[in-house]
Amino acid sequence: MGQTTAEKIFAAHLRDEPFPGTKVLDLDRVLCHEITTPVAIADLEWRGKDRVFDNTKIKAVIDHVTPSKDSKTALQAKMLRDWARRHNIKDFFDIGQNGVCHALFPEKGYIRPGFTAIMGDSHTCTHGAFGAFAAGVGTTDLEVGILKGVCAFREPKTIRINLTGSLQSGVYAKDVILFVVGQLGVNGATDRVIEFHGPVVDAMSMDARMTLGNMAIEAGGTCGICQPDMVTVDYLWPFIQDEFASKQVALEEYSQWCADADAEYDKILDFNVTELVPHVTFGYKPDCVKPASEMAGTKIDQVYIGTCTNGRIEDLRQAAEVLKGHKIADSLRGIVSPATPKIFQEALAEGLIQIFMDAGFCVTNPTCGACLGMSNGVLADGEACASTSNRNFNGRMGKGGMVHLMSPSTAAATAIAGVITDARAL
Amino acid sequence: MKKIFGGPAIFLDRSDINTDEIIPAKYLTEVTKEALKPYCLEDLKLEGFDPQGERLKNACVIISRENFGCGSSREHAPWVFEVNDMHTVIAESYARIFRQNMFNCGMLAIELPKADIDALMALEKEANGAVNVKVNLPDQQVVACGNGREVSFSFDISPFDKALVDAGGWVEYADARY
Ligand code: SF4
Repeated sequence: MGQTTAEKIFAAHLRDEPFPGTKVLDLDRVLCHEITTPVAIADLEWRGKDRVFDNTKIKAVIDHVTPSKDSKTALQAKMLRDWARRHNIKDFFDIGQNGVCHALFPEKGYIRPGFTAIMGDSHTCTHGAFGAFAAGVGTTDLEVGILKGVCAFREPKTIRINLTGSLQSGVYAKDVILFVVGQLGVNGATDRVIEFHGPVVDAMSMDARMTLGNMAIEAGGTCGICQPDMVTVDYLWPFIQDEFASKQVALEEYSQWCADADAEYDKILDFNVTELVPHVTFGYKPDCVKPASEMAGTKIDQVYIGTCTNGRIEDLRQAAEVLKGHKIADSLRGIVSPATPKIFQEALAEGLIQIFMDAGFCVTNPTCGACLGMSNGVLADGEACASTSNRNFNGRMGKGGMVHLMSPSTAAATAIAGVITDARAL
Repeated sequence: MKKIFGGPAIFLDRSDINTDEIIPAKYLTEVTKEALKPYCLEDLKLEGFDPQGERLKNACVIISRENFGCGSSREHAPWVFEVNDMHTVIAESYARIFRQNMFNCGMLAIELPKADIDALMALEKEANGAVNVKVNLPDQQVVACGNGREVSFSFDISPFDKALVDAGGWVEYADARY
C-alpha cells in the first residue's frame, strides 16, 4: 500500500506512539512570533525550564505588531527578543529584518520537503507548499516544541484535490482556494491534510502554492501540501546548492516525499478550473464565497493588500498591474503591506511601490496587524474592507467591521472603483 | 494541576464559533492568562447572548454545536475559559487546534452526537436555562440535570487525551516522558 506525503513524513519523524493513533513527531522547525510565544516563554521560566531543544531549529520573528504600538506590544516584543538573545537563537528577525512569518521563513529557505514544522499560528499550514508537514498549534504545543522538539498528532487522513484545466488570465491561486474552501466548507477538512495535485498546481510558482496551502486551515485542514518538484528545487536552490551536486540530484532526493500513486485517500476531489472566475467572500465565514461579479457594487471603505496569504511579490505585481495609471476612489483608503523586507525591496526596484503610491495607497512596513485587527489598518464599526487576507470572521479586522476576501487583482480593481469589482470588467 | 469538571452550563446554539469570537485579537497583547478574564466570548454573534450576563458568569460548562473553536490557533481561547472556571466544553465537533489546546491545558473538549446535543438543548428550554452538568471522566459519562429531570450520555475520549487530562496537561506529560 502506497503512502501519502503526510504519511511518509510521519513515518520518518516518529519518536513515539504512546497510544495507537497518537504519533509524537520529531520536529525540524519550531517557528515563533511575538503574539503566541511570550506566554510559552513565561511558563517555561515559571517552571524553571527556560531551555530550548535546539537553537538552530528554532526561528523567531516579531511580525504581527511591529514597530510596537503600545506598552503591551512592546513587552511582547521584548520578551521574544530577550529570549532569543538568551538562547542564542541566531535566526531571529527584529525591526528592519522582520516580515510576516509565513512569507519570511520560506523566503529564508528554512522549510524543505519532508520537514516537520509547528508554529503557534494557524496559518502554519502555508509551509506545506514545500512538501512539508507544517501545522498550526497552540501555545502549549509550542512550549513543548521549544523544550523537547516534539509534537503529538493524531495521524491525519488526506484529502486529495486534483486541479485540472488551466486558469484564465486574471484568475489566481486565491480564487482557486476560495472556491475550494467554498466547496469543502469550513470544517470539510478537519483532522485532514489537503494534498493539491494536477497540472494547475504544477504550473504554479511557490508564491501561488503558498497561497493555496495558506487557506487549508479555512476548511479546517491541518496542512495544505503540494508535491515537491523542480519549481520547489529552483526556489530553494540558493539555500541548498552546497548540499546537492545538481538540481536534478536535489529533485530526486525530494521526490521521495511525493505521494505514491497507490496512496490511499480519505477523499479525492477533481476540480476543473478552466471556467473559474475571480471569487470573493460575503458574510462571516471563509466558505461563504461567490463570483466577484455577483458582489459587484458592494461599497468598500478600505482596501488591504498584504498578509501571509497574498503579500508576496507576485501578489504585489498582480495588484500593481491593475492599478497602474489609476487612482483609488476618493471614498476609500488603500493600504499595502509588502510581507517582507526583501519583497519590499523587489517591489521598489520594479517600480511597484511607485505605482501603489501614485494610485493613493499607504505603503506600510512589513507587518500584518491589520489582518487580525491589532494595528495598521483596524476597521471602525460598520466599515467594510476588501482584503487579500484569509479570514472574514465577525470583528476580525475590528469590532463591527466586515471583511471581503479576494485576490490582489480584485482588491486593486475594487480600490479603483470604490466598490467590489471584477478586475476583468474594469 | 488537575481541573474540576462540570457545573452550571451555558448553551451556545450555533455552529462554527471561532476563536476570534471567543477572545478578540485585540486582547492578545496580554501576556498573562488572568488578564483575559473580562473578555470571554466578547464578540460572539448569537442572538440573545450577553457576554456580560449572569448566565455566562456562573457557567462552568459550555454546550455548543459543530466545529467549535475554528479559526485562529490562539490558546487564549481555552485560557479565557480556564480563568473563568469553565473547564469543560461539550459540542458536536471541534476544530483540531482548539480541541488539542483544551486537552493540552488539561481541560475537556467532549464530543457528543447531534441527537445528544439536541436533547441537551431541549432540556435547556424546559429548564429555562438552569441546567447543571456532571462529568464522570472515568466512566466517560455526562449527566445533565434540569427542571427536575436527568439525562445522561456516554462519550468517547481517546486514551491520549485522557492521559493529558490525568497528567494535568501536555507540558507535564511530555516532560515526564521525552
Ligand atoms: S497575515 Fe493574518 S493570518 Fe497571516 S499570520 Fe498575520 S495575522 Fe495571521
